[in-house]
Amino acid sequence: MPDSQAASPTIILDRVAIIRGSRLILRNFSLEAESGELIWVRGANGSGKSTLFRALSGLLPIASGTAETRGAIALCDDNLALDLDQPLEKAIGFWTTLDGISPQRLSVAMETLDLGSLAGLPVRLLSAGQKKRGALARLLASNASIWLLDEPYNGLDQANVARLDAAISRHCEAGGIAFVASHIAPTVNVGRSVVIDRPLVEAAI
Amino acid sequence: MKGFARIAWREVRLSWTGGGLWLPIVFYLAVATLFPFVTGPDKALLSRVGGSILWIAALLASLLPIERLVLPDRQSGVLDQLVLRGWADEWIAAAKICGHIIGFGIPLLLATPVAIALLGVPDEKALALVLGLALALPAFAGLGVTIAALTAGLNGASALGGLLLVPLAIPILIFGAGTLDDGATNALQLLAATSLAMTALAPFAAGAALRAARD
Repeated sequence: MPDSQAASPTIILDRVAIIRGSRLILRNFSLEAESGELIWVRGANGSGKSTLFRALSGLLPIASGTAETRGAIALCDDNLALDLDQPLEKAIGFWTTLDGISPQRLSVAMETLDLGSLAGLPVRLLSAGQKKRGALARLLASNASIWLLDEPYNGLDQANVARLDAAISRHCEAGGIAFVASHIAPTVNVGRSVVIDRPLVEAAI
Repeated sequence: MKGFARIAWREVRLSWTGGGLWLPIVFYLAVATLFPFVTGPDKALLSRVGGSILWIAALLASLLPIERLVLPDRQSGVLDQLVLRGWADEWIAAAKICGHIIGFGIPLLLATPVAIALLGVPDEKALALVLGLALALPAFAGLGVTIAALTAGLNGASALGGLLLVPLAIPILIFGAGTLDDGATNALQLLAATSLAMTALAPFAAGAALRAARD
């Protein structure tokens, strides 16, 4: 993966506030991340982990403060974004071809998560854990230097948790940034953990 | 541009799988079949109004796919992943419209000769009808995607979609039915102009709706 890494990805959030719906989810939130860091994002249910990821991805506007990201972002959240009627490899392949990624790279990513034998199965027939691995394989195959993983361990068995952690650690060693929002700790060396807690829930408007 | 074609082609594939191809077409032909039962097999009457009936049938058939145009992609995160990759909502909407023109419009055009035969539309009107429908289908597709983007996730989206489509489709219907009159050459040009304007505006309207609904 080093060949495709953008030169030193960085994320700098400075006193950021994010509004979702009409609620102020994050405020005065600052964070800096640089190349090679694995950041474990913790926080109670509804504390704003997913919201933070969506804002970093540019899916939510930032209400105040400044956000600066350098490097392409790949997001893997609850939504699969895979066509259920398509075979798994083709479903992921839609995204990799859109990104201009070679099929070899896709098969490597699928092998990494032990999906090789499932490549021809329609996505709708896969189990929850297998679907999740499919979505993770898309992220693994991407050229993005910043990985945002929202609850990546949900539904994964022990062996696949280990495979995923190994992939995350390789990504960080190659100079990438990985954010892991999870209630269980990644088994690899976590550079830093960020706790999002929101003592104040207030209406934004 | 390759990516645009890929997104549009995905739309075509989605509309041609799972019964999506046949349902609107069968509906369209069903309307053409049912009408003579109501009016009686009066050849003169059918040849006079047959073309207009097919315009209504085409408009109603274009309502059928509205529910699957945007909502599934929003729910499954496909729209999020596209935006994340830097696709503007307007481009996503434009790709969906292109896909819808091919996925829905072309089968409908292919079914039109059958419908014409069923209603016994005279030859001179048949040509104007096919030409008019071909001109109007991009506008129908644009309206369909825009309405789908506006109503995605709302309760009773398809019924609401129907209500929204009717007033917006009136100009198309007026000029479309106008092309069926004898010696109506200007109607075809007006229809083309209206359709062009609607098709050109639709990606912006649908894109704004996609963006506004994202949270």
